[in-house]
Amino acid sequence: MTWTLVLWLAAGAYAFKFLGLVVIGSRPLPSPLERCLDLVPAALLSALVITNTFAIGKDLVIDARLAGVAVAIVAASRRAPFVVVVFLAAATTALLRQVT
Amino acid sequence: MTSSDVADDASSPANRREILSAAFTLSAAIGVIGFVFGVGVISAGGTVAHACVMSLLVFTGASQFSAVSVIASGGTTGAALGGAMLLAARNTVYGLAMSRYIEGSLPKRLVAAQLTIDETTAMATAQDRPEEKRYAFWATGIALFLCWNTGGLIGALVGGSINPETYGLDVAFPAAYVAMVLPHLRHRRGLIAGALGAAICVVLIPFTPVGVPILCAAAAILVGLPPPADPDDIPTEGLPR
Repeated sequence: MTWTLVLWLAAGAYAFKFLGLVVIGSRPLPSPLERCLDLVPAALLSALVITNTFAIGKDLVIDARLAGVAVAIVAASRRAPFVVVVFLAAATTALLRQVT
Repeated sequence: MTSSDVADDASSPANRREILSAAFTLSAAIGVIGFVFGVGVISAGGTVAHACVMSLLVFTGASQFSAVSVIASGGTTGAALGGAMLLAARNTVYGLAMSRYIEGSLPKRLVAAQLTIDETTAMATAQDRPEEKRYAFWATGIALFLCWNTGGLIGALVGGSINPETYGLDVAFPAAYVAMVLPHLRHRRGLIAGALGAAICVVLIPFTPVGVPILCAAAAILVGLPPPADPDDIPTEGLPR
């Protein structure tokens, strides 16, 4: 762990954020691009659900996480409050890990 | 958050309470994960200062964890930096998506940029109206920033460890993303983009470095390119409930 790593990472991470929100995002965007950007949450959040549920490094595995996420899907589609969705999911996975 | 953000906010108090409670739930989980990060930096041979400066300045969890785990397993600074950068690149896409809702002076946008990460974008875009999106972005961003850094500091100081997996905390994140993505899947193009993003991701995970699958999943937004056949299908403000 070196300061070189910490500071380069800080600069790089901020540059990515700055590029999107301030540099490109400050100008008016063509409407096809706007339509695409509306789909960013759908595409990236779905991908994040996949990696957080199935991935361990580069391996795809099925484990106690899947049960928790399945409970979250049921709870969220029944419009349970956010806190409840997260709590039920974590509790399901924790319980399953205790048992197995 | 400035007082003008709150004053302009036309969203109902009930909505704001809901947003705040969701922001606090996420922040509590983030605080614990931040703690684990702090512990990780120390066990990877870093100092308390390394942990704190990294959390304050980098402020994008996946990149930080990836960098520290490469160092902990004996990797070089270059390798640690490369993987972490791949994970950080998606914040550019989030920044683009958020840029239409974040208004105000340049300094304010520069601060907003630092807060543009998975959780804040997800919370903001899950709201119906622009003022609610802004409120959710700032409330979530500030709460997360405080909890992530406090958790990191305590973790680095204490050095001992709790295992977040014991409490299922690792699942708090996919569960939160499930709750946030559902509204986006209720129109046809959102559903196609979501399914495509998930498919790209699952196919690439075994074959590409960590971080690349999520980045490539962003290609799914291209389904938005053709003009909509049915103008009602693309909600630009306010998603159907």
